[in-house]
Amino acid sequence: MTTLYTADHEWLAVDGDVVTVGITNYAQEQLGDIVFVELPKIGRQLKKAEAAAVVESVKAASDVYAPITGEVLEVNDTVSGEPALINSDADGKAWLFKLRIADKSELDGLMDAAAYQTHTA
Amino acid sequence: MLARDAAPTPLKQTPLHPLHLARGGKMVPFAGYDMPVQYPAGVLKEHLHTRTSAGLFDVSHMGQLALRPKSGKVEDAAHALERLVPQDVVAVTAGRQRYAQFTNEDGGILDDLMVANFGDHLFLVVNAACKAEDEALLRAQLSDACIIEPLADRALVALQGPKAVAVLAKHCADAATMRFMDAGPRKVMGLDCFVSRSGYTGEDGFEISVPAADAEGFANALLADDAVALIGLGARDSLRLEAGLCLYGHDIDPTTTPVEADLVWSIQKSRRNGGARAGGFPGADKILAQIENGTSRKRVGLKPEGRAPVRDGAQLFADASSSEPLGSVTSGSFGPSISAPIAMGYLPTPHAAIGGTVFAEVRGQRLPLRVSNLPFVPHSYKR
Repeated sequence: MTTLYTADHEWLAVDGDVVTVGITNYAQEQLGDIVFVELPKIGRQLKKAEAAAVVESVKAASDVYAPITGEVLEVNDTVSGEPALINSDADGKAWLFKLRIADKSELDGLMDAAAYQTHTA
Repeated sequence: MLARDAAPTPLKQTPLHPLHLARGGKMVPFAGYDMPVQYPAGVLKEHLHTRTSAGLFDVSHMGQLALRPKSGKVEDAAHALERLVPQDVVAVTAGRQRYAQFTNEDGGILDDLMVANFGDHLFLVVNAACKAEDEALLRAQLSDACIIEPLADRALVALQGPKAVAVLAKHCADAATMRFMDAGPRKVMGLDCFVSRSGYTGEDGFEISVPAADAEGFANALLADDAVALIGLGARDSLRLEAGLCLYGHDIDPTTTPVEADLVWSIQKSRRNGGARAGGFPGADKILAQIENGTSRKRVGLKPEGRAPVRDGAQLFADASSSEPLGSVTSGSFGPSISAPIAMGYLPTPHAAIGGTVFAEVRGQRLPLRVSNLPFVPHSYKR
């Protein structure tokens, strides 16, 4: 399983033709205390770069974009019930949704961990 | 997903700027100043700390002005200031302060402010974003009667929360005997300060004007107390919203009158129709008529029924499908003390009754909100 990153601070764990998507630890540090999460509906067909989810701190709402095109297979209801999980475990338990990959070539433009580290340095 | 700030014009710094950096403040541009939105503890913890202990806020970006009567009589300065505000300033006795608004000819609010009577002059605290215009207004309208003196060499801090009084009493002889809205010069840590028992959080607490050169040592001495933590602008906003207090430029502005903003309580009888000094301030005809006849719209508290915060600018509708907005949200956030989203906004008076339901449009959905009493968290002032 490989983990890839977007310039918009989402991470994707790729497992066969399914990706799990969350926001990075860097992103949660920048956003601060998360108090609300809105996740996409299961079955929704997301296009790459479309607003897919929303995370809100006390101060502001931020969109989470679909990093690739695909169908929503599963969402993490635990994180909508406990938004602060994003602050404590952004790249683990606080995953947001899973997508079935429509076009594997879309993964080619994404960053690996080293490139993402440079991106946020 | 993270917004990037545009290249800023050079930002001003308060005398406590080095302290913010040293204490890990996350700095953002605010009203032309480089200010801390939060410290490492974060907005939620800072908010809750203020409600349970004592929070220290740097509000030095706000404008501090002395209004000195040319006659030497403070009541002459008070009479002069009454030309610009609908409040009874003459009745503010030495050692007391009052909340006021500068109004325009349409009855709209140019700024809101605190006015204190220091015995031989008036002391004003105005909003950072308005201070240049306020000073110009005062010079243009009151120079016949007053010398207008901006106090640029002073910092301003707020110490807020249930433990604020115990903390300040260690450094200021009569802090504990002051009542809500008492204000005047006091020695604090031996420094020449101006202290008022007031604030912008709904909690008991103090605002303290300190000579700029002494401000950092002063703040560090307060922070040496275990009860005290630094609080950024993020928690300042969530605290004042829970307390139902207006933010200038959002909940009140030149297009909202004090009556529409539900601030009639701040306009004393002496300035209303039939009062000893009725009218005589900009927009008096409109404001006084609104007090008697009511307004077509009103500022209200709003509680979203779901968990999603409804933010400033969201349009409000009568039902889930109507196309004509009734009004909009002017402040909206998450209230850490009640662990629920809260908001304020303007609604037509027929829709403004407590308990009614309206709908806000958020990301293409209509979310229900209940019209609610303000404040969301009861005030704890020492009256």
